[in-house]
Amino acid sequence: MRYHTPTSFADASAIAAGAKGTLRFLAGGTDVLVQMRAGMVQPDDLIDLKQIPGVDRIERAPDGGWRIGVAVPGIVLGAHEALVRDWPGVVEGMNLVGSTQVQGRATLAGNLCNGSPAADSVPGMVAAGAVVTVTGPKGSRDLPVEQVPTGPGRTSLARGEVISAITLPPRGKNGGDAYLRFIPRTEMDIAVVGCAVNLRLEGDRIVEARVALGAVAPTVILSEAAAKAIIGTTLDDSALEALAKAAEGEAKPISDKRGTKEFRIEVAGVLARRAAKIAYDRAKGLKA
Amino acid sequence: MARDDVKTGYKLIGTRPNRPDGLDKVTGRARYGADFSLPGMLHAAVVRSPHAHARIVKIDASKALALDGVKAVVTRADLPTGLTGEELNLQDNTLAGEKALYDGHAVAAVAATSALLAQDAARLIEVEYEVLPHVTDVDAAMAPGAPVIREGVADYSVPEGMNGNVARYMEFGHGDVDAGFAAADIVREQTYKTEATHQGYIEPHACVAQMGEDGRGEMWVCTQGHWYIRRMCASVLGIEAAGLRVTPSEIGGGFGGKTTIFMEPLPLALSKKAGGRPVKLVMSRSEVLRATGPTASASMDVKLGMKTDGTITAGQVFFRMQGGAFPGMSPIGEALPCAFACYDIPALKHEAVEVIANRPKAAAYRAPGSPMAAFAVESLVDEMCRELKLDPIAVRLKNGAKNGSKSSYGPVYNVIGLQETLEAAKAHPNYAIPLGPNQGRGVASGFWFNHGGETSVSLAVGEDGTATVMIGTPDIGGSRASIGLMVAECLGIPYEDVRVNVVETGALGVNEPTHGSRATFASGKAAVESARQAIAEMCRRAAADWGIDAEAVEWKDGAAHPAGPNAGKHPPMTIGEIGSKMGSTGGPISGHHEVTAGGYGASFGTHVVDVEVDPETGRTTVLRYLVVQDAGTAIHPAYVEGQYQGGAAQGIGWALNEEYVYGTDGRLQNPIFLDYRIPVASDLPMIDTVIVEVPNPGHPYGVRGVGETGITPPLPAIASAIAGATGARIRSLPCSPPKVLAAIKAKG
Repeated sequence: MRYHTPTSFADASAIAAGAKGTLRFLAGGTDVLVQMRAGMVQPDDLIDLKQIPGVDRIERAPDGGWRIGVAVPGIVLGAHEALVRDWPGVVEGMNLVGSTQVQGRATLAGNLCNGSPAADSVPGMVAAGAVVTVTGPKGSRDLPVEQVPTGPGRTSLARGEVISAITLPPRGKNGGDAYLRFIPRTEMDIAVVGCAVNLRLEGDRIVEARVALGAVAPTVILSEAAAKAIIGTTLDDSALEALAKAAEGEAKPISDKRGTKEFRIEVAGVLARRAAKIAYDRAKGLKA
Repeated sequence: MARDDVKTGYKLIGTRPNRPDGLDKVTGRARYGADFSLPGMLHAAVVRSPHAHARIVKIDASKALALDGVKAVVTRADLPTGLTGEELNLQDNTLAGEKALYDGHAVAAVAATSALLAQDAARLIEVEYEVLPHVTDVDAAMAPGAPVIREGVADYSVPEGMNGNVARYMEFGHGDVDAGFAAADIVREQTYKTEATHQGYIEPHACVAQMGEDGRGEMWVCTQGHWYIRRMCASVLGIEAAGLRVTPSEIGGGFGGKTTIFMEPLPLALSKKAGGRPVKLVMSRSEVLRATGPTASASMDVKLGMKTDGTITAGQVFFRMQGGAFPGMSPIGEALPCAFACYDIPALKHEAVEVIANRPKAAAYRAPGSPMAAFAVESLVDEMCRELKLDPIAVRLKNGAKNGSKSSYGPVYNVIGLQETLEAAKAHPNYAIPLGPNQGRGVASGFWFNHGGETSVSLAVGEDGTATVMIGTPDIGGSRASIGLMVAECLGIPYEDVRVNVVETGALGVNEPTHGSRATFASGKAAVESARQAIAEMCRRAAADWGIDAEAVEWKDGAAHPAGPNAGKHPPMTIGEIGSKMGSTGGPISGHHEVTAGGYGASFGTHVVDVEVDPETGRTTVLRYLVVQDAGTAIHPAYVEGQYQGGAAQGIGWALNEEYVYGTDGRLQNPIFLDYRIPVASDLPMIDTVIVEVPNPGHPYGVRGVGETGITPPLPAIASAIAGATGARIRSLPCSPPKVLAAIKAKG
């Protein structure tokens, strides 16, 4: 195995483009190192991104959004008060990943590129409308988060491409987001169903909404039907019921060791209702 | 509960000093199985079958052996032939013979100069399999037409016409059950299932072993019983037991799963083949879950007759239990006697079959068989209590076993504490807390026989008046502290002046493992006898010095005293004075006791649990949990409480989320702790404990043994609490959210 420590994304991309065999990028390493130890993957080239300047920084973008480096661990996100004020749902999703020790290393970019349909940080980013910047041999391009994973363990990134930053849009006024997951235990578990809701109000009325469902399909689902069910409403009971129905309708899960198909469909609706209420309260400035 | 025959007023027994192994454990200095290393040591890796059932056509290790640094490969061809019975089962499980019998079954092992190299080499060992039909479910394995996974396992007890996977049948009972059911106001019959669960010890199996060409060797190993390891390795490898010296490490949990061998013969065989170089083998978590002893899975029919006042008139059970691909490990012989052990019922009938299936060879797990039996019987008792609107504790008080009751399995109970646990549970504040919406309360009692067993202990007095105790039962739950307390109490010296060591196989006679909740009982009893011998000798030394008869000397407060005025006026002679002079007064002073310990007394417990169930997701939260159990005498109450809490925690896991999940291909789907869901700390409330003390007359200080009973009531108590919260009764464990939600919805 060749271990690389490039100091720019252009160099990282060039090394990746020239690599012939199995390739992995290393940020926090909480997936890659575990997979290596378990014998699941034996990279020929391992490219550590942490020597690249800026990868550990969270910066306010000129438009009021946030630019998050690819090596910023969950614990740093959780401690960033202004970011948490803007995007509590994104941060709480990331903070559910693993244990306290894992939080010291695990990153948004890594959670995304690992390609798990159950990744806890991804529905929140999708609902928030997050965008990743991808650096490749032909330069950089921006990509909505939901277009990165293409199936379990797979991404749309071409060989030589590497995520160089994650950008969250400006929060704007009267917005709120939330993420909930279902696990049988209280922590140290993997989502059986996940749901993130991001919305914005004018008065009591929802004017914008994005609803993302995790662990109910090969990739995270951004559900237009679920969003439509609550846009224009005050999230009254009938809106919540319509939201749950829409979420259930969008879910396309399988039965496996973590839960049955029927259970996941049912709980997708339950979590959508509950997450929407939290996001709504947050948009109203209520503590939740 | 005051009794005249109960001695109280101990100086040390009942106190809570620090455990002697505590400092090493919290600082990381304690040496566990994987912490041993030797110069020139090789590392081993194991090749395991990916198939549930397959004929092994060919094993080709040539590519592995060609790697620089690979020193030895062993397959079944390297082991002796001609073994029979359980010795053959152990050998078959150590390395597959003609067939691999479960996903994870060891097929070959390799030793190399590094662990990574050994793993690489293992991947290069080519095994050709012919995949065979498999079966993993207990009921499916018994069904007509199920593939018979090993021919000829049925013993004489199996009735004609049963599937070839049925290895054993047993039945017993008393009274006229038909008349009993006829006398009942209601008779109910249900079937209950429990899935296999793993002991989940945090320390994977690990050992370092060395064996020369002469078949003599040494081993350092994480185990509950090193004489068992010695005997089993010797028979699997065809060597003399005395040629193998086994030293136990500290142990990071066992719960019964470390009372047998799994991979331990492999490093010995590899070492011999590698010219006597020591070999280390440490299992991964996945190997532990795939290939070491889980408990049995069970399918159980129960029938009970009850009068409207709660009197139980008759009971009947038929248990089907599979304990993996080898006969002998399904705990029907324990499950049946435990089924009604808490009750005094006039008519009972017990039947059970042991079934083999394509799963790993089961091992003991904390009160083997008893939790499943309790799940079936205590669940049905609770169902009938709810139907008749009877208080579950009152019904158990009415029907519960008492002193002098004939037990459900034959013997008459001498002095037992079931009624006392029920009274204490009823009086506990938890039993009176009002329940809110979606909350429910469950009650269940449980039982374990406890055990005595082969025990050999020595004690030596030091020159400074301290005492060293040599025991052969590895300390998994604080037994060194408890035995130290008993010896210090007996000798009349400070607890800190006693050091209890777990010693190797060369230092004592044969000891059974720490199993059956026997270590504090049996090693403690033998240690007290050893101390009494040393006291007698110290009294003789004092008597000789004083020129009086030894009978005229008595021992108290750590010193020899003249027994009365007739013995003359002599100042007390302390253990320190006697020890400092013993070289010139007759030589070293020691005590030794060996016995197959009798006099063990059963421990009963009663648990009360409150849960809240999310009606929209089926997820259960344990709100509060109470364990009441009879300890006999709690030598070190903190470790007794620890056992109660640990048993409850494992039982809660078994009840809520733990299960072996097999795919249609017969492969274990969840061989990691991410998906094999033992409870994490935040899943559990602080578990409340009440120690009932009804001393066991068969032990010098009244000890019963407390390790196992506590895992028994949680399974039915949790399911009953969920029934109370939701109205939906789960009769198939675990009560996982998908199952509970489906049951809530089915109820409508």
